[in-house]
Amino acid sequence: MRFARPETLYDVPTHYCSGCGHGITHRLVAQAIDDLGIRERVIATAPVGCAVLMYDYFNCDVIECAHGRSPAAATGLKRCLPDRVIFTYQGDGDLAAIGTAETIHAANRGENITVIFINNAIYGMTGGQMAPTTMIDQVTTTTPHGRDAALQGPPIRVCELLSSLDGVAYLERVAVSTPRDVIQAGRAIKKAFQYQLDGKGFSLVEVLSMCPTDWKLPPVKAAEFVNEKMKRVFPLGVYKDKG
Amino acid sequence: MAKTGTEKLFMKGNEVMSEAAIRAGCRFFAGYPITPQNEVPEYMSHRMPEAGGIFVQAESEVAAINMLFGASATGVRCMTSSSSPGISLKQEGISYIAGAELPCVIANMQRGGPGLGNIRGSQGDYFQATKGGGHGDYHLIVLAPSTCQELWTLTMNAFDYADCYRNPVMILGDGILGQMAEPVEPTPYEPVCELPDKDWILDGCKGREPRVIRTLYLRPAEALAEHNRRLHAKYDRIRHALPRAEEMAVDDALLVVSAYGTTARIAGGAVHEARRRGMKVGLIRPITLWPFPEEPFLRAAEHARQFLVCEMSEGQMIEDVRLACQCRRPVAFYGQGGGWYPTPEKIFERIAALYEECR
Repeated sequence: MRFARPETLYDVPTHYCSGCGHGITHRLVAQAIDDLGIRERVIATAPVGCAVLMYDYFNCDVIECAHGRSPAAATGLKRCLPDRVIFTYQGDGDLAAIGTAETIHAANRGENITVIFINNAIYGMTGGQMAPTTMIDQVTTTTPHGRDAALQGPPIRVCELLSSLDGVAYLERVAVSTPRDVIQAGRAIKKAFQYQLDGKGFSLVEVLSMCPTDWKLPPVKAAEFVNEKMKRVFPLGVYKDKG
Repeated sequence: MAKTGTEKLFMKGNEVMSEAAIRAGCRFFAGYPITPQNEVPEYMSHRMPEAGGIFVQAESEVAAINMLFGASATGVRCMTSSSSPGISLKQEGISYIAGAELPCVIANMQRGGPGLGNIRGSQGDYFQATKGGGHGDYHLIVLAPSTCQELWTLTMNAFDYADCYRNPVMILGDGILGQMAEPVEPTPYEPVCELPDKDWILDGCKGREPRVIRTLYLRPAEALAEHNRRLHAKYDRIRHALPRAEEMAVDDALLVVSAYGTTARIAGGAVHEARRRGMKVGLIRPITLWPFPEEPFLRAAEHARQFLVCEMSEGQMIEDVRLACQCRRPVAFYGQGGGWYPTPEKIFERIAALYEECR
């Protein structure tokens, strides 16, 4: 167990809400980068979403991308600098709504990048609207009566969707809602970076994450929501592993 | 593939532009097929790897411009190409590139619009190119080649201007220029401005502090206004340094025709005919559309009594001509949108009719 702040995180307070999964996941990503000794080779892409300010937290080169476009920018970065480590960090709107095409095609081309996908089944930054991963009957500010499959379709399962692409090297869905899940998430994230170092191709870790503020749940209940509701719709596990 | 020196290249404009880009050091191209510029990604798909660069056929024009956003951040000379509807798709990315002050070259081989339009050459995207296109207060440097030879040179210039000013540059061509083949002397690449060190690129923070490339300026409250002031100070420098136009027989002209790109060649034929008949007619051909070359128009307005703007559109550059003349002289229009082409004869007819009135 490590208790010191990773070098890859600045010693500043973050703006994330109490109980939000970003803080945990930032820590896991930064820890993986430290453990692999690659901080000075990393170029991160910041999304549009609650993590838009991640360049205030991550102690590495960062480029702020347009909403959903990180995998395309990451393609440009990695193709031009193949020996650097490129990762995207994206929410569910960024990756699975507006950026769906960029996500699928970067995955399909087998771009040798690492994608950290934060799935909290809602649009956090803009105040709690429906996300592509919002679950049936889940109330959001744009589904005031709960998500209705007949009107909005069911939620998208990104790991399952991308697992059909031969160009993908590694897909795992994890959570940050219990200590045991956090440990597994840390392993998966580190593996996703290792696969890039090994030149294995496109790796994505989907992180089921809490959004207490927009779910209108206190932090402990929000973690329970991930365990009891989200894990049923988005089962944890490895969806692809080229080995 | 012809060698440099005395041999000439004989290729379509699309290919001329691609080869010139490679010779100017372009080493990343991302694009998507769209008529009438398909030869650009096709040519780049074999020539770019041959030159040690990277070619990606992107899944859309949106993806392509965002690949440039990333590639440019690493300091590589990069380019994309499209035609009108695809350029519309790129506007978000262009705004981000301009806001982040990243160099790149974007070619638009214009076709008829709006919407899907047709696949003939057109000049309907002048407003899009010069008045924004994407959101926010930014400017593209816009170059308008008129011949394949000029396309060769301006393509090389485009990469230099992009690097010197840390700004996206647009080559505004059209389907005719893209598709026509003309002999081109492949003059060697020579930088036309002093290229600065790229001390802002992202390549991993080894041996230095981390860098951030961004366009979001939330705090303090005046941070974005300050960023806009910086951008506009740069645009002022560009306005002083880059405006360019070709003037033909303007010094004693009573009627001055103005056109850019392919239309200027056609109009040039009409102006020659007018001169042959003893009419005092001249031509001002803007080569930079942004920054617009105002000075030749203001100078011509001293003695010319009439201007005639010809465009393959419903009239877009004409607004800048009126502004450049400071509304001192009447400015007439001859042109049409939708992939229509003028002829020298028809332009001459219009010149002759106007000349009668202003003599």
